[in-house]
Amino acid sequence: MAEAAESPGDPGTASPRPLFAGLSDISISQDIPVEGEITIPMRSRIREFDSSTLNESVQNTIMRDLKAVGKKFMHVLYPRKSNTLLRDWDLWGPLILCVTLALMLQRGSVDSEKDGGPQFAEVFVIVWFGAVTITLNSKLLGGNISFFQSLCVLGYCILPLTVAMLVCRLVLLAEPGPINFMVRFFVVIVMFAWSIIASTAFLADSQPPNRKALAVYPVFLFYFVISWMILTFTP
Amino acid sequence: PEPRPPPLATPSHPGPTSDLSRTPGRCEPDPEFEEATNLLAETPEAATTSRSEQLTPQGHVAVAVGSGDSYGAEDEVEESDKTALLQEEKQQPGFWTFGYYQSFFDVDTWQVLDRIRGSLLPRPGHNFVRHRLRNRPDLYGPFWICATLAFVLAITGNLTLLLAQRRDPSIHYSPQFHKVTVAGVTIYCYAWLVPLALWGFLRWRQGVQERLGPYTFLETVCVYGYSLFVFIPTVVLWLIPVPWLQWLFGVLALALSAAGLVFTLWPVVREDTRLAAAVLLSVVVLLHALLALGCKFYFFQPLPPAHVAPPPRATALPPSILLPPTSPWSVATPDGRSLQAQHERTLLPALPTLRP
Repeated sequence: MAEAAESPGDPGTASPRPLFAGLSDISISQDIPVEGEITIPMRSRIREFDSSTLNESVQNTIMRDLKAVGKKFMHVLYPRKSNTLLRDWDLWGPLILCVTLALMLQRGSVDSEKDGGPQFAEVFVIVWFGAVTITLNSKLLGGNISFFQSLCVLGYCILPLTVAMLVCRLVLLAEPGPINFMVRFFVVIVMFAWSIIASTAFLADSQPPNRKALAVYPVFLFYFVISWMILTFTP
Repeated sequence: PEPRPPPLATPSHPGPTSDLSRTPGRCEPDPEFEEATNLLAETPEAATTSRSEQLTPQGHVAVAVGSGDSYGAEDEVEESDKTALLQEEKQQPGFWTFGYYQSFFDVDTWQVLDRIRGSLLPRPGHNFVRHRLRNRPDLYGPFWICATLAFVLAITGNLTLLLAQRRDPSIHYSPQFHKVTVAGVTIYCYAWLVPLALWGFLRWRQGVQERLGPYTFLETVCVYGYSLFVFIPTVVLWLIPVPWLQWLFGVLALALSAAGLVFTLWPVVREDTRLAAAVLLSVVVLLHALLALGCKFYFFQPLPPAHVAPPPRATALPPSILLPPTSPWSVATPDGRSLQAQHERTLLPALPTLRP
């Protein structure tokens, strides 16, 4: 190989030499050592890693997942353009949020079933089928995001609205009146805006630029419907 | 292989692919495109709008540039591979592939807004399908307009009840979440089943006539979907509790929407016998009117106060309202009893005239 590297560099050669002509002159001789060890240094480390997660205590496993979920919550609460939600997506956070929201939106069964607010199953269906529909829509429009990444982002961005639901429930413990309604209205509006900003911060980059509005509008509708359900909740 | 130069730099770039087949997911064959340009050339009024002329030969290129420029260099290489594949196959992907459905969402924001504007202002000469859709229907508009309309109906209906309760504390307010389901099912069934029936009927009447043939199923769905858009602001305006204003808005919206439908269907239908054309158009308008009226009465009916008779009276009233109403159909009255009395008074004289 050294011969081939040197030969095209010869200055002042009269005859033009074809490229890589020197290769044919190489022969594997005893003076070029072609021996050694091929080891993959990672192998032993990987095996160690596998057995360690199998042998660790349950508390470690759960805490690791909870920490991942908590880290993503922080990313939603302070939305910056970061890749964490997209890179290590998981659906635990959306599940926890959806179940919490659905449980809190449930009324007591005292009221007539027909005229009441959304039942647990209705909230669940709206959240998950809404998220799936929005994801399909953004993929059909030519978006660059994977199915579960999008579900993950949309699910995590329900966090501000779940916080709004908690606040509304606490506020409703006080006496009803216009001030009560205004406080709830204000809180829901702020959290709705926060959800939209958080989700567009993560999702907008993956859409083609002349279709961004088309992909963001369904997200707006989705969070609007959830905000409406939270606002009209009466115990 | 080195990446291709960006499409903007070379309008007539070297390569076997024509501009039409450059865009991924586009499955339109050439003859249909030529027919569209011929039709546009025939109708003189289309030539006056410069935007339409600008769009037709280069509309595809504009979209191609948009989608081509947005991705990085590696995607351009991918795109060139895809277009090479399209060049070889030159047929539509099967309905089981994702690319088939992607071809129905191949619209940009300004295109959707343009189509919505076209449905809001129907003009007698302008056929929605030819001039706005340009024979390229999309599914984005119909689907999301129907979803928006369903949610807006349920939400404003509920809001009306909330406002009524503020005025009259004896009315019992509840979120009425089941109305969302009803609204969704109604709107989607209307926007998809009626175009199916219409398309089937038109196909049956046209027979094998292919030249100025009936619209495809998706074009009909598109026309219906975009024509429902005008109801969204109308429903929001129905929050105002002035009854004659509500009727005015309703009639305006119905007129605009039905006009759009009629102007679109007229070129296809006028070649048929006069009777069939008249019947078809009147059925279309009637169904549209029924939808509007049904929505108004179901989502915006005032619930009677808790201490008076149960609501079945409200469902008996719609037939009487089609005759000139003598009493206003108000959303909320300060006195629930007088509303009941008024209804009794209008119902009894109205019933005999319903017989013929």
